[in-house]
Amino acid sequence: MTTLPQKTEKSLGLVIDLDTCVGCHACVISCKEWNTGNYGAPLSDQDAYGDVPMGTFLNRIHTFEVVPENRPAQTVHFPKSCLHCEDAPCVTVCPTGASYKRVEDGIVLVNESDCIGCGLCAWACPYGAREMDAAEGVMKKCTLCVDRIYNENIPQEDRVPSCVRTCPAGARHFGDLSDPTSSIFHLVEERGGIDLMPEQGTKPVNKYLPPRPKDTELDVLGPLLRQESPGGFLGWLDQQLEKL
Amino acid sequence: MHPAPSIIAFTALSGLGFGLMVFLGLMPGDKAPWVMGTFCLLALALASLGLMSSLFHLGHPERFIKALSQWRSSWLSREGVLAILTLAVFALYGALWVLTGAQLAPLGWLAALLALGTVYCTAMIYAQMKPVPRWHSPLTPGLFLAFSLAGGALLAGEITPALWAFAVLAALQAAAWRKGDLAFAQSGTTMNTATGLTKGEVRLLEAPHTGPNYLMKEMVFQIGRKHTRILRIAGLTLAAVLPLVAILLFEVKHTLAGLLVLSHVAGLFITRWLFFAEAEHVVGLYYGKR
Repeated sequence: MTTLPQKTEKSLGLVIDLDTCVGCHACVISCKEWNTGNYGAPLSDQDAYGDVPMGTFLNRIHTFEVVPENRPAQTVHFPKSCLHCEDAPCVTVCPTGASYKRVEDGIVLVNESDCIGCGLCAWACPYGAREMDAAEGVMKKCTLCVDRIYNENIPQEDRVPSCVRTCPAGARHFGDLSDPTSSIFHLVEERGGIDLMPEQGTKPVNKYLPPRPKDTELDVLGPLLRQESPGGFLGWLDQQLEKL
Repeated sequence: MHPAPSIIAFTALSGLGFGLMVFLGLMPGDKAPWVMGTFCLLALALASLGLMSSLFHLGHPERFIKALSQWRSSWLSREGVLAILTLAVFALYGALWVLTGAQLAPLGWLAALLALGTVYCTAMIYAQMKPVPRWHSPLTPGLFLAFSLAGGALLAGEITPALWAFAVLAALQAAAWRKGDLAFAQSGTTMNTATGLTKGEVRLLEAPHTGPNYLMKEMVFQIGRKHTRILRIAGLTLAAVLPLVAILLFEVKHTLAGLLVLSHVAGLFITRWLFFAEAEHVVGLYYGKR
């Protein structure tokens, strides 16, 4: 059924720290690796070594520059993947019932054997979180690594989405955003986590932590380098030599 | 949005076919069976051709039957269900008329109602798209219905309804362009809301990759936008203004009617191409594009 559940038991999702992300694209690669070798159709590439390489990715890093008024410009690396929205517009447009939101944990998934590859869900998503695989003709999207997080065959510390496990900067956090006792919930409260495109009315589960403002004083190290000149004979000698 | 030929053909041809069904169902007149038969076949052919061309857009057309299951929530599914129902009811109505001479008016009304419903559902597939502000308007179904009725009336040779339909079509198309040009700015979605970086001006410093991707090809289509003005004038003139003026000035008989059909269909294809090519998806903001 492509109607959305009234309420989900959990709201599993990601919290992405824009202050911490260094834009290394490690999560992009680990996502591609895990989701090519595991659940569903592989994420294919077209013309991978040619002039116009193209391929299916479920996670991409954009880099923006923000110029606040009277402050220095700031570079912000911006990872973007499915936000597992509460009011997911991609789910309700699906004509076959292939797209659905799980009642037990809120993950938005595609049943690939029911997908006719009409592409309407990708149109309905304001975030560009869904990509049609050119080789398979079915819609691919972030599964929140549903085949890792409940996987009892892998060590406990690996039972998080591949992107979260890989991030060397600790910029990606995974958990139940509907649980007020969870650490991820506190993180969002503490740092003022925000929704992307709130005006689109999708109620995303994933939250973004805005970058902390930069210092207004540009010359941070300068004051530390200013040294007191030594006193005594060496000080006098230093002063005389400066004058030459 | 990428103006896929299969989708343009689908919306344009099926709209014409269903529009013709509306007039054959509501005002069949006293046509001889073979005349009615020819008209019915034309309507069925146009609608079926359109529907079949939509299958070319699919990654897995062999699974299309599954698309009829989600009519409770999906406009695409509703469109599929109604299209098949309309074809069946209209084929029955036409066959009874031509083969047995039974002119069942209520069956014709039902076919007309279903045909209008199908065109409405087709339009709602686009009008429901909040991320495409230009489409997300009641003018979208209005425009699709006006196109369908104008083309249908002209094909059916119902000149008086056609005159009104062309006038409404021209007005709606002009309004849709006027409102559509402002829609993106009025949607409130900007690079600031897209990134959550609200404390200053945001620009794309580096794209996620050097090549294109599915999203950019499908939703950040920019080719040909610079020809918008000339294409709008040509489209509106051919689709509505020329037929309107011709009906007012001349007595429309077979040859002229045929020429007007050609003019209208050419204009329909141009404006339908623009409908897609001009539509901007908010995802473009993540790529610093519109």
